[in-house]
Amino acid sequence: MSDEANNEAKVKKFMYVNRKSPYGTIYALESLEVVLITAAFDQDVSLAFLDDGVYQLTKNQKTEGIGMKNFSPTFAALGDYDIKKIYIEKDSLDERGLDISDLQELVYEDEDNDYEEKSSIHLVSKEELSKIMDEQDVTLSF
Amino acid sequence: MGILHTINKSPFENNSLESCLSLLAPESSVLFIEDAVIAAMQNTKFSSLVEDKLKAFKIYALQPDLDARGLDGGKVINGIEVIGYNDFVDLAVSHKSVQSWL
Repeated sequence: MSDEANNEAKVKKFMYVNRKSPYGTIYALESLEVVLITAAFDQDVSLAFLDDGVYQLTKNQKTEGIGMKNFSPTFAALGDYDIKKIYIEKDSLDERGLDISDLQELVYEDEDNDYEEKSSIHLVSKEELSKIMDEQDVTLSF
Repeated sequence: MGILHTINKSPFENNSLESCLSLLAPESSVLFIEDAVIAAMQNTKFSSLVEDKLKAFKIYALQPDLDARGLDGGKVINGIEVIGYNDFVDLAVSHKSVQSWL
C-alpha cells in the first residue's frame, strides 16, 4: 500500500459531544480548543451540541460583566477549518425555551460549488443523533 | 430577614434548584448566579416550578451571568428581579445568612 493510500485509510470519524453551558465550567472552552487543534489532522470531524451544550451557541453573549473571555465568536472559524457538520439536538432547545434562531449562524464555503456559503448547522432529533453517534470511530465528551 | 439561598448550577445539571426550592423557610430569598441563571428563563422545563415559588418568595438573577450566556433579560420569568453585583452584596447583608447550593 502506498503512503497516500495508507493515509487515506486512516481518516476516522471524530465526534465532539458538548453538553455543558459555556462559562460555569471550563469544559466548553477546552472542547473548542481541542477541536481547533485536531482540525489540523484532516479527520472527519463533527460536533454535537445537546443538553446545556446548546447554550454555547447562543447569540449576543456579553462576558465583560463576569470577567471571562467570550469565546463564542470563535465558533465562526470552524468553517475555515473544514468543519461543517454541527448537530444541534432539537429536544434540548425545546425544553430550554430556545429556538434555532436564538443560536448563531455557522457557515462554510463549499469549494465544489463556487465557494457558496452554506450552513454548517443541522437541527436533528434524538433518533437522528443516536444514529450519527453510532457511526463514529472516536467520540470525545465534554 | 431569613436566609439568602444562592444557586450556581444549571437546573438541568443537578437537582440543587428543586432541592433548594423545596426547603425554603418563610422570609427566605433565592438568588440565581453563574449557570443557575438558566432557571430564571421563561418556557424551560423548570419555569412552572420557579413561577410557583415566586408567589411566596423573592427570587433574583444576576445580570452579568445572564449577559455572558446570551440570555435575554426580556425573557426572564415575570416577577424575578434581575440584579447586579452591588445588589448581591446588599442582599447578603440584609439577610441573616447566606446558604450556597452547589
